Amino acid sequence: MSNLKFFTNGLIKENPTFVLVLGTCPTLAVTTAAMNGLGMGAATTFVLVFSNVLIAMLKNFIPDKVRIAAFIVVIATFVTIVDLVMKAFTPDLYKTLGIFIPLIVVNCIILGRAEAFAQKNKVFPALLDGLGMGLGFTLAITLLASVRELLGNGSVFDISLVSENAKTILIFILPPGAFITYGYMIAVVNRLKAKYNL
Amino acid sequence: MEFISIIIIALLVNNVVLAQFLGICPFLGVSNKVETAAGMGAAVVFVMSLANLVTFLVNAYILIPLDIEFMQTISFIFVIASLVQVVEIILKKTAPSLYQALGIYLPLITTNCAVLGIALLAVQKDYNLIMSVVYAAATAVGFTLAMVLMAGIREHMEMVGYPKGMKGFPMSLLIAGLLSLAFMGFSGMVK
Repeated sequence: MSNLKFFTNGLIKENPTFVLVLGTCPTLAVTTAAMNGLGMGAATTFVLVFSNVLIAMLKNFIPDKVRIAAFIVVIATFVTIVDLVMKAFTPDLYKTLGIFIPLIVVNCIILGRAEAFAQKNKVFPALLDGLGMGLGFTLAITLLASVRELLGNGSVFDISLVSENAKTILIFILPPGAFITYGYMIAVVNRLKAKYNL
Repeated sequence: MEFISIIIIALLVNNVVLAQFLGICPFLGVSNKVETAAGMGAAVVFVMSLANLVTFLVNAYILIPLDIEFMQTISFIFVIASLVQVVEIILKKTAPSLYQALGIYLPLITTNCAVLGIALLAVQKDYNLIMSVVYAAATAVGFTLAMVLMAGIREHMEMVGYPKGMKGFPMSLLIAGLLSLAFMGFSGMVK
């Protein structure tokens, strides 16, 4: 498999959000506005890339029996870094994402990639895999968040797209809207994948 | 009175799955049958209450005196992971029948973000020890309630025809959306 393939794998073919359906908690919880989706995606991508790289480097030193515990410590370290950095530099975003920043630790995409890819591969492919998966996740949740923000608030990235008096469908930025939008989007992606053989 | 409001909020108004989006993976993954959903729920009630008890003590007697509260995420996930292991070993030795019933669900709980999430939220809310455990237990019962309801609906959906493209996750998510809509009716019950 060429290096490019490692990268594009996570973007389309094994998109963590729409195809593998992993990391659903942040996907549903933070996608009330496009900006939140992008911020969450960036934070997750950072953790994913660095934990993949470090685990690929350490793979010969980690005993097989305690590998999961070791992976969790590596991941939790990077999550703590993200947590502190975001608290200092993007306090507003930090407040909106709230509990879901520390919860990146238990995001199954990250542990899943460590287990399924990083521990079996060299550093560079692991880096590309982390980047591809992270970007795939970011794109997917930003798209989901844009749809919800547009329907529920009439705007995308805080840019208003409807006239001031237009009625928006508030339910889409409330919890039920998250489930319903995500459900329909997976259905659409499944249909497109079947049609174009992706 | 305070306890009653904590319980009602955690159980119905702010349901952990349907309003707070924690523990979605097991909610979608193990809700095929009512029986397995109830088994998973029971295991979560047990582990979540215990986890909040232990993380509260770790936070109050280790992290705060040493002034290293930024280590919360790392230490909590470690405590929860080892707790699950310990519970599994103890149950296997002392209560084999309970182990038989809960056994297969226990390892899955480590990756259930609701356990870590509720432990962190209880600290954020400044609950004392008893409130923290009551909060965890009520939340876990809310999780079980949502799981069992979901499993009941999904069992019935097996017998109903719907478009092929909606099979699997899309249909589960739509059902969850409707359940969440129904649970919104509880908001405003407690001030």
